[in-house]
Amino acid sequence: MDPIHQFEIKNFFVLARIGGHDIAFTNSALYMVLALGIVSLLMIGATSSRALVPGRMQSIAELSYEFVANTLRSSAGSEGMKFFPLVFTLFMFILAVNLLGMVPYTFTVTSHLIITVSLALLVFLTVIVYGLWRNGLHFFKLFVPSGIPIYILPLVTFIEVLSFISRPISHSVRLFANILAGHITLKVFAAFITMLGAAGFLGWIGAVLPLALTVALTALEFLVAFLQAYVFAILTCIYLNDAIHPGH
Amino acid sequence: MADDARDNDDRKHPTAEEVALSARFKRLGERLGTLDRGRASGSQPGAPQASDPSAIARGFRLSVELVAGVLVGAGIGWLLDWWLGISPWGMIVFLLLGFAAGVLNVMRAAGVVRPNRLDRTD
Repeated sequence: MDPIHQFEIKNFFVLARIGGHDIAFTNSALYMVLALGIVSLLMIGATSSRALVPGRMQSIAELSYEFVANTLRSSAGSEGMKFFPLVFTLFMFILAVNLLGMVPYTFTVTSHLIITVSLALLVFLTVIVYGLWRNGLHFFKLFVPSGIPIYILPLVTFIEVLSFISRPISHSVRLFANILAGHITLKVFAAFITMLGAAGFLGWIGAVLPLALTVALTALEFLVAFLQAYVFAILTCIYLNDAIHPGH
Repeated sequence: MADDARDNDDRKHPTAEEVALSARFKRLGERLGTLDRGRASGSQPGAPQASDPSAIARGFRLSVELVAGVLVGAGIGWLLDWWLGISPWGMIVFLLLGFAAGVLNVMRAAGVVRPNRLDRTD
């Protein structure tokens, strides 16, 4: 009945020992490998026939390509398409991991902050490194808005820097918190059903309410699983747009 | 040839029924035209729909942006207090600055403030 129990990390076997720490293959790693396998199988298997009129699986692959490509093009321009592999990988990985977590008895990888923070930091560092490589010191003009009186410019610049630093936090916490809270809510309401069911006949009647809510919440969680992957991808596009010099 | 001949024949001798029918077609066409125009002006193709994923995505974006700004401000303030021993001033100043950054984040996510772009500063 412990709603947190589902997020427990279990070590399966130790891969290596580095600096006195065991690097173990955990259930989290297992589900990441599973998600990787599903996405690879979907993309490679579906496109192997290369039919002019796509079949069902090829349609899924083509639709997901189109979806991410359109998102990237609309928010980062056609120049952003060089980051398509990164954005597409992030989107498909998070989507696969979220949907895998919706299957009963599975583990949800994105319910751990360390995973989402690593993904967000990957994007954050890509933006900084590519922005500096592409624009040089000109990149720091990102923090200096134009048309601001000189006497409040330092303050505004400082706030812009803080806003920039807060990006990976909001980027990662949003995904983590939505998935974690959703799964806990689902578990709590599902537990109400068994608790009420144990209370006799009146309990059975009362258990209809949490059962209905659990069904509704499951549908909502599927929506959230997709939307959070989408939000993560679209924010990646928006942040990458800052690194790419538009115009010129 | 036969069709042409019949068309010419019809045009020469339009019956009263056909005149009434063509007038009704014309009225119907006009009404359909106004309907189409009304639909076109009522909702632009780019306007967000109720089921548009990007509209829901924008809603999700707003929820964490403010908190993230405040957290970053509080974290930097706490670190400065710890390193420089100026407690509580680092926390006070940076919490307020972080709050301002959080509000900026939210306004940017909501599209009230234009996003910061390198091309704008040129």
